[in-house]
Amino acid sequence: MAFTFAAFCYMLSLVLCAALIFFAIWHIIAFDELRTDFKSPIDQSNPVHALVLPEYSIHSLFCIMFLCAQEWLTLGLNVPLLFYHFWRYFHCPADSSELAYDPPAVMNADTLSYCQKEAWCKLAFYLLSFFYYLYCMIYTLVSS
Amino acid sequence: MSETFKKQVNKSAEVPRPVRSPMQFPAGYGLHPPNYSVPSGHYSQVPNKAVSPHLDNQYRASYHSTYYSAPAQNVMTPPVGTNMLNTQESQQLYNKTSPQTAESTEGLIRGAVSSASYLHTSAQQSYSAFGNHYSTSVSSSVASQGFPLNSDHYTMPVVSSAMYPVSYPSAASDSVYGQAYISQSLPGVGQFKQTSAFSSQSTAVPHSLQQHVPVGYNSTLPAISSAQSVQDSLSRNLSGLLAKTNNQINTGGIDSLQPAQSVSQKAQYTKPGVGTSVSSAAVSSGRTPTPGLSPEPRSTPSVTQSPESALQKAIDSSSTTSSASPVLNNYDALEGGGYPETRSVTSSPVPAPSVPQTSKTSKPFGYGYPALQPGYQNATSPDPVQPSNSGHHPGLQHYPQQYTGVNQLSSSLGGLSLQHSQQPEGLRPVNLTQDRNILPVSSVPAPVPNLNSDLRKLNCSPDSFRCTLTNIPQTQALLNKAKLPLGLLLHPFRDLTQLPVITSSTIVRCRSCRTYINPFVSFIDQRRWKCNLCYRVNDVPEEFMYNPLTRSYGEPHKRPEVQNSTVEFIASSDYMLRPPQPAVYLFVLDVSHNAVEAGYLTIVCQSLLENLDKLPGDSRTRIGFITFDSTVQFYNLQEGLSQPQMLIVSDIDDIFLPTPDSLLVNLHESKELIKDLLSALPNMFTNTRETYSALGPALQAAFKLMSPTGGRISVFQTQLPSLGAGLLHSREDPNQRSSTKVVQHLGPATDFYKKLALDCSGQQTAVDLFLLSSQYSDLASLACMSKYSAGCIYYYPSFHHSHNPAQAEKFQKDLKRYLTRKIGFEAVMRIRCTKGLSIHTFHGNFFVRSTDLLSLANVNPDAGFAVQMSIEESLTDTSLVCFQTALLYTSSKGERRIRVHTLCLPVVNSLADVYAGADVQAVVCLLANMAVDRSVSSSLADARDALVNAVVDSLAAYMSTASNLQQSMLVAPNSLRLFPLYVLALLKQKAFRTGTSTRLDDRVYAMCQMKSQPLVHLMKMIHPNLYRIDKLIDESAIHVNDKVVPQPPLQKLSAEKLTREGAFLMDCGSVFYIWIGKNCDNNFIKDVLGYPNYASVPLKMTQLPEADALSSERTRSFISWLKDSRPLSPVLQVIKDENPAKTDFFQHLIEDRTEAAFSYYEFLLHIQQQICK
Repeated sequence: MAFTFAAFCYMLSLVLCAALIFFAIWHIIAFDELRTDFKSPIDQSNPVHALVLPEYSIHSLFCIMFLCAQEWLTLGLNVPLLFYHFWRYFHCPADSSELAYDPPAVMNADTLSYCQKEAWCKLAFYLLSFFYYLYCMIYTLVSS
Repeated sequence: MSETFKKQVNKSAEVPRPVRSPMQFPAGYGLHPPNYSVPSGHYSQVPNKAVSPHLDNQYRASYHSTYYSAPAQNVMTPPVGTNMLNTQESQQLYNKTSPQTAESTEGLIRGAVSSASYLHTSAQQSYSAFGNHYSTSVSSSVASQGFPLNSDHYTMPVVSSAMYPVSYPSAASDSVYGQAYISQSLPGVGQFKQTSAFSSQSTAVPHSLQQHVPVGYNSTLPAISSAQSVQDSLSRNLSGLLAKTNNQINTGGIDSLQPAQSVSQKAQYTKPGVGTSVSSAAVSSGRTPTPGLSPEPRSTPSVTQSPESALQKAIDSSSTTSSASPVLNNYDALEGGGYPETRSVTSSPVPAPSVPQTSKTSKPFGYGYPALQPGYQNATSPDPVQPSNSGHHPGLQHYPQQYTGVNQLSSSLGGLSLQHSQQPEGLRPVNLTQDRNILPVSSVPAPVPNLNSDLRKLNCSPDSFRCTLTNIPQTQALLNKAKLPLGLLLHPFRDLTQLPVITSSTIVRCRSCRTYINPFVSFIDQRRWKCNLCYRVNDVPEEFMYNPLTRSYGEPHKRPEVQNSTVEFIASSDYMLRPPQPAVYLFVLDVSHNAVEAGYLTIVCQSLLENLDKLPGDSRTRIGFITFDSTVQFYNLQEGLSQPQMLIVSDIDDIFLPTPDSLLVNLHESKELIKDLLSALPNMFTNTRETYSALGPALQAAFKLMSPTGGRISVFQTQLPSLGAGLLHSREDPNQRSSTKVVQHLGPATDFYKKLALDCSGQQTAVDLFLLSSQYSDLASLACMSKYSAGCIYYYPSFHHSHNPAQAEKFQKDLKRYLTRKIGFEAVMRIRCTKGLSIHTFHGNFFVRSTDLLSLANVNPDAGFAVQMSIEESLTDTSLVCFQTALLYTSSKGERRIRVHTLCLPVVNSLADVYAGADVQAVVCLLANMAVDRSVSSSLADARDALVNAVVDSLAAYMSTASNLQQSMLVAPNSLRLFPLYVLALLKQKAFRTGTSTRLDDRVYAMCQMKSQPLVHLMKMIHPNLYRIDKLIDESAIHVNDKVVPQPPLQKLSAEKLTREGAFLMDCGSVFYIWIGKNCDNNFIKDVLGYPNYASVPLKMTQLPEADALSSERTRSFISWLKDSRPLSPVLQVIKDENPAKTDFFQHLIEDRTEAAFSYYEFLLHIQQQICK
């Protein structure tokens, strides 16, 4: 029973993962409101945009921490999403200030459903990883 | 009741446009005989594919489903049918009586109402019968003659008149007849539970008739009379049967069965007999009055024209008369668009003065219902045999008459059975590689949906509302199989000459989906109606029961909302978020050195001065000016000043308004100051040395100025913005202009303009951009300011007031139109569609607020929109789908108004029907919109591939449905025969072409136009019309306002058509090119152009002199007729071979090979290769 760096990483990511789950739920709610006409896409874009960059950076932080802690399996699980985030970040419309959700385009039914699906998938991913981190944390704490 | 109905004559009244009738189509085919009569060679193979029993069967199967589902609908909803008929009925009556006496004839109308419902069903009957006849006649002729290419009913007579009757008496055709009837009518029995008597009778009729019909065709009078007598007895027998069913049907709609009716009922029932007996009886009865008139085939248009002008007069007079005038009833035709049938309908409601003329002229068109009416009116006479006689006789003459005038025939068929003629017509296989003359004689008509004639009459004009597939596939799977895009093309704020405007305290809408009540809803009973989009049953409000048109109570289905598919409501305060805004115009003018050099200021100020009083608006109208170079100048125009005050703000990083209150001033109060400013402005900056342009800060200032009210900002820019926020850098590499590889920089370089546009849109402000630059100015970025704020974009490459007079003239004309056209402020547009369909992408200039809501800060009559749709749920439980656009806007007079368009289309379940109903122009326009998106989001090469694939996939899918077509041939259904040509034209269009040197701005502008132009304009842009004008003749000319307008046939866009001896006119929408051949007749040059010979014609000639010579008169009347048909008056350019502008002309000859692109034939071969892969 020892408190290793890996254990610390898992504990921190556990806390931050909760935040990510919250972000994902926030997105889902926001897109749902858009779809059901409660909000204008212009209003929509602002709070969502505020959350996009934190989310991406938190997730990148995970990856760096796991890299340092040499948790290769966990890192491997997170890398696909990391690349996806990079891809999103560099394929966003002209100025990077408007991340991913372009107000004129977001109401396009295809885009909207894509965004919604993305948010749901992320929620699922973060939930699963939350329990995975919990398990790993206990495992590292117990095994070492 | 405080309701008033009035007619509004739009301010910018559109000149009645002689829209070509779809009926001319067959006539176009009349040109084909040379092709068809080419001996065996390509025919020998043809039967293989076209006789295809498979196809035929498909047809028939689909037919009965459509027919029988349609009546089923009607049975459920008798009042709809009734009320439609009623209009007819009452209109007819008004014809005879003056509008004032309309009330007194009401009793008569009542009677008519009840009988009308029978008439309606009977008409249904006759359609289906006719349909049978149709398809069988096709197959029979095929069987006996092996002449499948002409399997189209209409071309046959033209091509070989002798052949037709021959094929009929043959035993083969007889048997086919019987089969067809049985196979068609039997399933009907099962379907009609409510009307079992009726439908069983429908099976019975064909059986007995089957023996008589052929007799009628090949024998003479004795046979006729025998057939007739059988008919009569038959119909009399049937009447009893029918009475029962009809009473059943009747229960909902008309509960007042008056005793007097029984007579008319009986009389009515002779009709179904007639209708079914000789399959075309309904048609022929429509034609009964015509034999005397029977015009020449080609002169038909002239007949169509005259009712219109008469109508126009009538409208003018009636619009001033009482609000309840019956004329105002039928918008569809009044509006002056539409097809001749609609026109002839409306010609009947025209009151007193023009009645004799119009009724006379309307008759030849054998319009389903009006034509039946004489029969009906006879029917009230004691002798019921009479009408059946009149109906029957011509039925037998049907075929002989056919040969007298194809046009006449087709138009008379058009009323009743166009859906039948249309489908086979649309499906007729066309061998693209062998058929070279696929262009119609005159412009391509919009396909008419396969609906019954009531609905078709009520349907929205194709000019404002078009669907790519006029037969909606039942499921997404079927749509995917067809490989055609499903979408709508909208032109919602089009200038209309006549439009029913409804002032009502309650606007009746569905309570769950908020659909406006429209002609396609069904009335369950007097007090309830069923929404046609979500199927909810709603109550009819008390107020709606009163019909101010007839001043009667209890006829909700006769209200104008239910009689017109395009209406405008005056909205109450429920539809306002704030008090209606005044019209506010702000002009933002570039005054840098570059701008002064180009000299546009003079033109702008001049136009403004001329049109200051014509700017749409009321007493609250406000106007303001901002100019900018490296600083921003404001103009204080406050009333009371002795002269305009210029306020210069040089702090462009943090722009502010010097005197916020006095920059936007009331137009009327400060008119003198404004005029002073406008006359002074052009000379104020003549000596400027300022080359920088601070467009961004000027726009920010404009936004600040406009945000309290909203309105319109017009930006005039002549160069790349080079200072302050939103500055841009040149991104174009001139060496890459003709690159065949990657075209970059189609998207914006910065988000500044988009954000600004979104802010503006939020404050109900639209930004219109006039770009008059000679160099690259990054339109891709600048255009964003208009794209997302619902503005419009004009681009004048290499504009110079004196060096480039053609552009200057165009600019002037565009500006005049721009300043004076109608405008709607703070608008939103919602598009609703039947449950199961959903919208997934919008195209146009707007901001999408919600999945079906577009926010339009301004809406202008030249804006078009496109919508892509998908089918989310299968549409199996419905036979019709509807689309409704509602445009809520504030008029320039400060009224809140809602313009509602409703389109109704049938649902089909077979692939063949989907192809038959394809609207190739709409498909191409939608594809163009999609391709623009694709080239911005992905790459131009992708977009081009996608366009080619669209053709390849759809044609391959079509060829695989008709399995026995030979793979070695490229065959398209007739409805899509122009598809490859149009797509090739798109590929050679500035927006998508590669290899040819194209400036980036030109390309981007072409893309912007594709997104925002309405279909009619876009089609001219994609595929211009070419006419030969040196030998205009009066034959087939039409008459407009006492002027003879010759109608030269459309020529292929190929240099092979250009002869040195001729002169040609190319109509590209915004430009007319007149190309003069080197050896052109000197008389023509002298008379029309006013120069003695070819050599002396100047290079820059933009006007035709007014000469007295006949050829000059004809040419000018033809050109002015073309000009009248569009809002922007185009610029005329005379082109000679020495002229540098000739490249512009020759690049439009899209069927020819260019160094970088296929010729049409090569393109076809390419497609064929792709298909065979």
